[in-house]
Amino acid sequence: MKIAVRRGLRAVEESNAFSDGFALANADQYNLRRMGLRTTTIVLSVFCATVLTGCGEAVDPNEPQGFVQTKGSDTIVNAMQETAEEFMKDYPHVFVAVTGGGSGVGIASLINKTTEIATASREMKGKEIEMAEKRGVHPKEIVVAYDGVAVIVNHHNPIDRLTIEDLHDIFTGKTTNWRQLGGKDLHIVTLSREVSSGTHMYFKEVVVQLNKKGSTEEFSKETLLLTSSQAIVEEVANNEGAIGYLGMGYLSDRTKAVLVAKKPDEFYPPTVQNVVNKTYPLSRPLYLYTDGEPAGVTKLFVNFALGPMGQTRFMATGFVPVGETLARNQ
Amino acid sequence: MPETSSTTPNPSRGARSAECVEDTLPHDTQRTAPDAQRRRIGEPVIEWCIKLSGLVVVAFVFLIFLFLLRDSLSLFRQYSVKEVLFGSEWLPISEPAKFGVLPLLVGSVFVTFWAIVICVPLGVGAAMFIAEVAPKPLKHVLKSLVEILAAIPSVVLGFLGIIWLGPFLRSRFGLSTGMCGLTGSLLLAFMALPTIISISEDALVGVPKSYREAAYGLGATRWQTLWRVILPSASSGIVAATMLGIGRVVGETMVVLMVTGNAPVMPKSILQPLRTLTATIAGEMGETVGGSEHYFALFAVGLVLFAITFTINFIADLFLRRARK
Repeated sequence: MKIAVRRGLRAVEESNAFSDGFALANADQYNLRRMGLRTTTIVLSVFCATVLTGCGEAVDPNEPQGFVQTKGSDTIVNAMQETAEEFMKDYPHVFVAVTGGGSGVGIASLINKTTEIATASREMKGKEIEMAEKRGVHPKEIVVAYDGVAVIVNHHNPIDRLTIEDLHDIFTGKTTNWRQLGGKDLHIVTLSREVSSGTHMYFKEVVVQLNKKGSTEEFSKETLLLTSSQAIVEEVANNEGAIGYLGMGYLSDRTKAVLVAKKPDEFYPPTVQNVVNKTYPLSRPLYLYTDGEPAGVTKLFVNFALGPMGQTRFMATGFVPVGETLARNQ
Repeated sequence: MPETSSTTPNPSRGARSAECVEDTLPHDTQRTAPDAQRRRIGEPVIEWCIKLSGLVVVAFVFLIFLFLLRDSLSLFRQYSVKEVLFGSEWLPISEPAKFGVLPLLVGSVFVTFWAIVICVPLGVGAAMFIAEVAPKPLKHVLKSLVEILAAIPSVVLGFLGIIWLGPFLRSRFGLSTGMCGLTGSLLLAFMALPTIISISEDALVGVPKSYREAAYGLGATRWQTLWRVILPSASSGIVAATMLGIGRVVGETMVVLMVTGNAPVMPKSILQPLRTLTATIAGEMGETVGGSEHYFALFAVGLVLFAITFTINFIADLFLRRARK
């Protein structure tokens, strides 16, 4: 510390040589001000010296260090958080911040350059890619896991299986009472995530618009738009007439997942196995997006997430890992 | 620190530094003399600082307005004002997107109206009790409790709304869902209560004592005095309190985002899920890309909201000024 202070002083004096000459040529009144100036410079440089030497002592320069921000999909926010925690155990000098908000939020942040990695439960739209390119961001798509979208109802609801057609009629408001589907005489309350959610977009394309290009069908206006998957679980658990959808990772005993069929009589429950062999009709890839090829600590983290440690975390939180062999072994 | 530097082994520097020290010393000892002079200079400086801070506030309001206006005007280049203000569909991510603010506006009006209907009688009643009826010790306790009420974070109320009030209302009123306008209105009423109570109470206390004495002198009972004399004289203050309460309710975001269900439907009843202006901005701002239509549309929503709160606060101010006269 003492050495640092002295080193700082010497540096200040050397740097003051020029201004000294200036003061000599001018009136004495400058002296006072220069004194003040010199004092602050000394304090500053002492501070800098201390801080710099402090850092140099703590970190091995060969070790990776830095900051990675990931933002986006609420579907995988928990899996990402766990992956990040594991990652930070291995690389203590890299700090990974994980934020949710919805796939739209992540993609918008990538375009606005406020995040290194955007997580998304849907593909980027052509319009978004165009907007990104316009701002000098070149999105690179990486599939990190697969997920099934589960449809949940209250435990007291006798309905336990629905076709995609049924779901379409429910969420577009054509079917409004459970009695029409052979259930109780109860008004159907449809729950959805906010428009920023990737699951919302996926569900809209596959169920509301039945994958038809150019379809202009919308969610029924009566659909409640809730801000989190947890809020959907809460409402479905409390309300006998409610139906909602969410990523498989959010399934719990508090609600009942219905079996879903694309063709009549081929009903499948949302399980890892059914997503892997693609028999469950509502499954989709989950993505990471980076600006160009990931580099530096971002690359380190992406590789970690795709590696065995990261994929185990994804599996533990209810998703299907990308390596098929890894999935089959389970 | 300066001493350290002057003892460095540099002859020319040392000499000059010593000069500096001499220079500073007499200056230090003379400090008492220019005190009066400094005061003469100091006062206008402070005055200017105060004036400046006042102007800064005005500038901020003005700049915020300009900023909102600029970004909303970008939307009106693609969508007509009529389409936005009176459009009945809010579909921000559809192709083509529709930015009809009307359902959101009506949603906000519904929630606010019912919140005010619930909280004004309650708030004014409580203010009357605190100002005129309650014995002194109770008065103090009540006043501090009202302040605590104001300190409850809205997100906590929203949470209670989701897990308790919503399900309660659903089973009580046989609704299809508890996430509806009424849940929001009740919680907002609760949040506006402290504002309404404390301003109404100030207004009631401010009624001159002579009015009271005159009423009692004419043989009026306590209730007659309170109801027919004091309350009418304090009416401007109470209207102002109501207006400020409305301002509070219209601008509140977290509670409505959490409990009203956010369905962008044109509401027909308060027992239905609905979506407000504030919840729309909060729920969607995260996913908009700077410079996109959706981004500008949210600014337009903000502008509508700003216009509403500005008008309400302006009216409240008019009444408050009349109350002071």
